[in-house]
Amino acid sequence: MRSRRSVTAIALACALVLAACGGAGETPAAGGGDKGEPAPGVTDTSVLIGSHQPLTGPAAPGYSKISVGAKAVYSYLNDNGGINGRKIDYKVEDDGYNPTKTVEVVKKLVLQDKVFAIVGGLGTPTHSKVVEYLNSEGVPDLLVSSGALMWDNAAKNPKTFGYQLDYTREGKIQGQYIKEKFAGKKVGLLVQGDDVGTDTQKGLDQFIKDQIVSRQTYDPANTDVTPQLSALQAAGAEVVVCECIPAFTALTILTSLKIGYKAQLVVSSIGADPATLAGLVEQFAKQGGAQVSGAALLTGIIGTRYLPSARSLDDPWTAFFKQIHDKYIPDEAFTDTLVYGMVQAYTFGQALKAAGKDLTRQKLVDAMSSGELKGPGLTPFAFSKDSHAGYTGALVFQIAADGNVTTLQEAKTTDRETGPVSDYKAAQLKPEDVKLVG
Amino acid sequence: MTTKLPPLVLHLLAALGCLVLLVLLTLVTDPFTNLRIATVGYYLIAVAGLALLTGFNGQVSLGHGAFMFIGAYTVALLVKRVPAFPIWADLLLAVLAGGLAGLLAGAAAARLHGPYLAGATLALAVGLPAVTQRFPDLFAGSNGLSFTVNSQPAGLVGVVPPTRWQSWIVWLSVLLALVVLANLARGRLGRTLRAVRDDEVAASLAGVHVGRTKILAFLVSSACGGLAGGLQAFLLGTAAPGSFTPALSLSLLAALVLGGLGSLWGALWGAIALVYFQVWTDDFAELLSLRSDIADNLPLALYGVVLIVTVLAFPAGIQGGVRKLWVRVRRPAPSQRGES
Repeated sequence: MRSRRSVTAIALACALVLAACGGAGETPAAGGGDKGEPAPGVTDTSVLIGSHQPLTGPAAPGYSKISVGAKAVYSYLNDNGGINGRKIDYKVEDDGYNPTKTVEVVKKLVLQDKVFAIVGGLGTPTHSKVVEYLNSEGVPDLLVSSGALMWDNAAKNPKTFGYQLDYTREGKIQGQYIKEKFAGKKVGLLVQGDDVGTDTQKGLDQFIKDQIVSRQTYDPANTDVTPQLSALQAAGAEVVVCECIPAFTALTILTSLKIGYKAQLVVSSIGADPATLAGLVEQFAKQGGAQVSGAALLTGIIGTRYLPSARSLDDPWTAFFKQIHDKYIPDEAFTDTLVYGMVQAYTFGQALKAAGKDLTRQKLVDAMSSGELKGPGLTPFAFSKDSHAGYTGALVFQIAADGNVTTLQEAKTTDRETGPVSDYKAAQLKPEDVKLVG
Repeated sequence: MTTKLPPLVLHLLAALGCLVLLVLLTLVTDPFTNLRIATVGYYLIAVAGLALLTGFNGQVSLGHGAFMFIGAYTVALLVKRVPAFPIWADLLLAVLAGGLAGLLAGAAAARLHGPYLAGATLALAVGLPAVTQRFPDLFAGSNGLSFTVNSQPAGLVGVVPPTRWQSWIVWLSVLLALVVLANLARGRLGRTLRAVRDDEVAASLAGVHVGRTKILAFLVSSACGGLAGGLQAFLLGTAAPGSFTPALSLSLLAALVLGGLGSLWGALWGAIALVYFQVWTDDFAELLSLRSDIADNLPLALYGVVLIVTVLAFPAGIQGGVRKLWVRVRRPAPSQRGES
């Protein structure tokens, strides 16, 4: 019975080793915090930053172009001498919108590539898994590409800053608009089954709680939204608020067509880029063996936006970004999604410049919370010592038959609590006002 | 070999040797490579479990990701809700949860054959993650759970980098599980599994309870899946439905076929391929500086090409190729032939 004895011995040895550690969910005594090293990823001539983006997977249709836009802006900045004499080296890792992969690639960026900061990490289900890690390692985690409220927690996550309009603020602006223009109509919700849904509802409920007749959620891993839309149809919703990533806005449009459901679609900024949507609708229909006109199906859709439209070339910022686009990525379609990445990169450039020549991680974080970042957006950032929320408001627009957008309601701003939704009047800054290079 | 040790002792010694080698390997590599080594570990045990089910018993499972899902959420919920449990208890419960689910799935699957079995298991992989949508308060919906696992003894904090410590825990668990698997595969169960795979009628005439054997195979296999999921959650501190798509289940099966169906070694090659192939093709795609829409999808396309080429060249997978090579090397000394 030699073998049985050895099993017992090994089991005992393992038990002894393992008993030495505490409960798996308990917090260990030693805390993380700032490491006292000189800034990683920074040399006299370069600064290395990283990002995780869905280049493949369910969120890739549309969002895979964000980093393409960002890269073009960094190339533009680098070709004009860089920021404070440093060229920006931008490393994008594909996480496929899969939280497990996100943790892997972010640890790779931090441990192996030793990036100075993470910029524009994309997605709520994905980025929420690395916030704690980045903050405990002291890595600046700037301009997160998601509107969840959780990025705005300066006390718990001092290194994390939002970027886009948060879902509660957006919900309030949508709710106020629907209450005014679609009074008494039945409203249905289709939201992603995470913070997108709960945070948005917090905002919508302040205005149209009694109008909402049905609330449906989808999971990005399951591309069939027929059950959800049938439920909304059965509930008699005349207005459908879709808080969906681009692929699911497109699926909603196509599925509505398939089941013969005609409701006024109100799409939030995360999935309301007309050019991207038109492309996706046509592509998905083609994969399903049908020929549709994206422009025709999109006509009349109402959306919210806090950045200049890629369509309005008379906007000085759009013109500025179009120049960069024409020079560096002329083959890519110039869409709102591309502009999103370009504005994000430009905003990071501003923060990096404000952090000064003698660069440390803390100085970059201080520059973000200084409240002095003003840029291409239609509404201001909320950044301050206490708030790490990004854009604070949006305008409401409608897609016209020719693919252009008409503004239905000028930009309004609000807060993430129960404050009023008020007009925003200040004049927009021009590219010349916040010149970074040249 | 003059004195013959019993297989269990042999396997334990081999596992101990592997553990020492792996600890040495983690000591000479950087913290991030440690993480990758640990990733190979949990994929290995998932694929090895599948090897027992598919390779030894002939039951195709397209839904093994579902058992990983169960294991991951078990550890996640235990860490969050029962913080006092040590990690080894959490992992043990993840194994039990995976095994229990496998018992239920196996009981249904034992009545199904071929494509029907594949379809049923695929349904599991597609359907189970949707549970998170049904009970968003418990499972946190699409967002999933996020947590930090405290496993390092106080004396080692700051001495051993966290990812290195994690890779040790992962490989300790994986090697223990592999010892169990290797013993089962070599022993009576392994023989009955193969008998049932080769001819159910003959097996049952020989006194093998076919249904029970099939369920047992499912149980062991899904317990391994549960462990793999638990280890993944432990390693990465996350459990989210987006990580357990049908694509995961399919890639596990593909890794098994690539590595070699009939042996546990095949699982090792498969797991290494699963982790490192992605890394290599990513680097390769970056080197070529292709258009983004090509570069993004190149790793998957290359993986498919390699899978097809390997199966064409070596129908028994990488392990089949390795064995062929081994036989060729050893042929000059036929007198040494015998059990290894």
